[in-house]
Amino acid sequence: MIDTNRGIDPAGAPLLQVRGVRKSYRSGAGMLEVLRGVDFEVEPAGFVSVIGQSGSGKSTLLHLMGLLDAPDAGEVHLAGQRIDNLPSARRDRLRNTDIGMVFQAYHLLPELSALENVLAPLLVRFSITEWFRRKGEAHRRAEALLDRFGLSERLHHKPRQLSGGEMQRVAIARALVGQPRLLLADEPTGNLDEETGGGILDTLCELNHADGLSIVLVTHDQSIARRADRIVRLVAGRVEQA
Amino acid sequence: MYTLLLCWRYLRTRWIALASVISVTLGVATMIVVNAVMAGFAHEMQSRIHGILSDIVFESHSLSGFQDPQWHMEEIRRAGGDDIEGMTPTVAVPAMLNFQVRGQWVTRQIMFIGIDETTHAQVSDFGRYLQHPDNRRQLSFGLRDGGYDTIDSQTDDQQVATRPALEGAGWPHRRMRVERERAWRQRQAELEGAEQAGAGSRGGGPVRPVDHQVDAVLAETTPAVATAAAPPDELPPTAEAHPPTAPLDPFRAAKPEEEGRTFDPSREQFTGIVPGIGLASFRDSSGIDRFLVLPGDDVKITFPTAGTPPKAVTDTFTIVDFYESKMSEYDSNFVFVPIEQLEKARGMIDPQTGLPSVNSIQIRLRPGADLDAVRDRLRQSFPADMYAVSSWKDKQGPLLSAVDMEMAVLNILLFMIVAVAGFGILAIFFMIVVEKTRDIGILKSLGASSAGVAGIFLGYGLFLGLVGAGAGLALGLGITWNINRIRTVVEWCTGERVFDPSIYYFFRIPTIVDAWTVAWIIAGAVGIAVAASVLPALRAARLHPVEALRHD
Repeated sequence: MIDTNRGIDPAGAPLLQVRGVRKSYRSGAGMLEVLRGVDFEVEPAGFVSVIGQSGSGKSTLLHLMGLLDAPDAGEVHLAGQRIDNLPSARRDRLRNTDIGMVFQAYHLLPELSALENVLAPLLVRFSITEWFRRKGEAHRRAEALLDRFGLSERLHHKPRQLSGGEMQRVAIARALVGQPRLLLADEPTGNLDEETGGGILDTLCELNHADGLSIVLVTHDQSIARRADRIVRLVAGRVEQA
Repeated sequence: MYTLLLCWRYLRTRWIALASVISVTLGVATMIVVNAVMAGFAHEMQSRIHGILSDIVFESHSLSGFQDPQWHMEEIRRAGGDDIEGMTPTVAVPAMLNFQVRGQWVTRQIMFIGIDETTHAQVSDFGRYLQHPDNRRQLSFGLRDGGYDTIDSQTDDQQVATRPALEGAGWPHRRMRVERERAWRQRQAELEGAEQAGAGSRGGGPVRPVDHQVDAVLAETTPAVATAAAPPDELPPTAEAHPPTAPLDPFRAAKPEEEGRTFDPSREQFTGIVPGIGLASFRDSSGIDRFLVLPGDDVKITFPTAGTPPKAVTDTFTIVDFYESKMSEYDSNFVFVPIEQLEKARGMIDPQTGLPSVNSIQIRLRPGADLDAVRDRLRQSFPADMYAVSSWKDKQGPLLSAVDMEMAVLNILLFMIVAVAGFGILAIFFMIVVEKTRDIGILKSLGASSAGVAGIFLGYGLFLGLVGAGAGLALGLGITWNINRIRTVVEWCTGERVFDPSIYYFFRIPTIVDAWTVAWIIAGAVGIAVAASVLPALRAARLHPVEALRHD
């Protein structure tokens, strides 16, 4: 299987820990404080929903957890190791190996086929020589994931030839191909109709239950949030445990 | 790996970028063609200049020259050592060439050069430029019995116009001309007799001078321009009518009439000369060479003697061949003559010692010898106030450096075309980076590093540069190798002569494709394409992933 460079995982410790995280953005002349000291944990194989109004800072929190952005203050720990202050090369690597992300707008690369999109994290991970050595293995893995999500007929279709639900399933397959420990989903059903969105949520639940994948789901919709084991409510940049 | 894949995908899906490749292609192609043609011209010119000038020219400042060339040559060999392969003395004086065409005297200003027929061809390419195959092997100032080239020996072009006029040149032409002349003289004598008889019967009247009548009749009846079919128009020498009267005539001693015989122009010749072909011919609008005089014809040359002050002497010479270096400057200026004859004629032989004087010594170096070093050694060995030592490059320095300068300026201008293409790439890449902002965010969210993202655009620039330069290379070489065919088509379309061979007498546009120049051009174009993609690549690398993901 595809190995990932995983850190030490002390038994019983939370997989992800967010401690006192603050983040503000420049807004015109002043600063807009989006997160005002968020504390938050995800246990191994946990499924946590983060719910909040628009502008409550839930997407920002997700970006901090996904290492797409760095907090102004506070710490982010993954498997007991502080990750928010790592050098950018390590953060890039960690993002590639340990974290999978799914977005509301799918964010597939339009030039690549469904299969290539799923392979993208592995293309990023491997050097050219490594890629040619492990290409077969990577393809098998990506095809298996697409097959699991019912997309085996759509391998070579470009994103624009796929429906919204199909695109989101490709995006989930892409997030999983690198065997991450944590899946971060930002309004994954936001652009989908109820039935398709329900299907996506079913898939996420199944991944959580069957594969033991830790998931953080960000949404503004109560009914979606309820599918998770635990709901964290974000109000005005602070956490209100539900 | 994703860098390569995305580069390739962008190259295949972003055709707008290929538009900028076209300017790279055109720039590269133009530079290759211009450099090849310029290098061809420069090489052709250099080899022709070198061909006549020998490697090093050792000359005196005065027109009277220096005495005892043999001693000088020994000194030169001592100074130059093994680097010297061959030497030949020459005498060069400004002179005036006269010949008659349709009764009109044509006068040309020339450089009258006395050369040693046995050694001159060894120090320069002189022999290669002659029109008779035997003369090319070994020059002789004796008139040949026909066999002059009717097709330029320096071309392998089958399309080149022939020179039918040269077919009968040599002794056949000379004999025919003398016979015609004698026939006319005979007829004139009859006319004269009749006229005198008539005048006597009428009690006298003005008598028309015979020679004038001959000239007039000949002029009226001979065509303006010699061809193989028509007899030459040059008025025959009037050896019998005008016996040499100048007491200074140096050739009298050698002439048969001194020994009590009459000079027979149909069997004998005057001292042979080899004039530049441009002095004796012109190329008409259809590209055919028309000859005013031919080998076998006699001409008069007026030149200064070596005394103080110099006096002008005139003598008759027989053309034995033509010299065609295809440098119009030389071909319409030089007339070669045996050096001893010129030395005698100019009074350059010391009556007491019998030692001749010469103007200059032409030196050929062994292949690979350091031209400037030998020149400097010679300069040190001889007093500079008496002798000038110069290499062929010094002699044509201004011309050669003008060509170099021209090439440099053209290259700078043309490189700007490629630079413009670079700005095109810059603009298009910025556009693509903006367009692809969200994709860049996606890649970063998948763990792509900033360097990797920058690599996509740098690689894209490299691809475009390579494609553009490759296409430019193909186009440029295609044009260069077919430039003469293209020239023909352009000339056919426009009806204008694009390349006038009458200036340099080249039959085709010379081209030299220098691999290094081409390599530099391609490296430059690819470099510019990559350099133009640096800024957009940096911009892409610096994009914040979160902001990039939010970009619409």
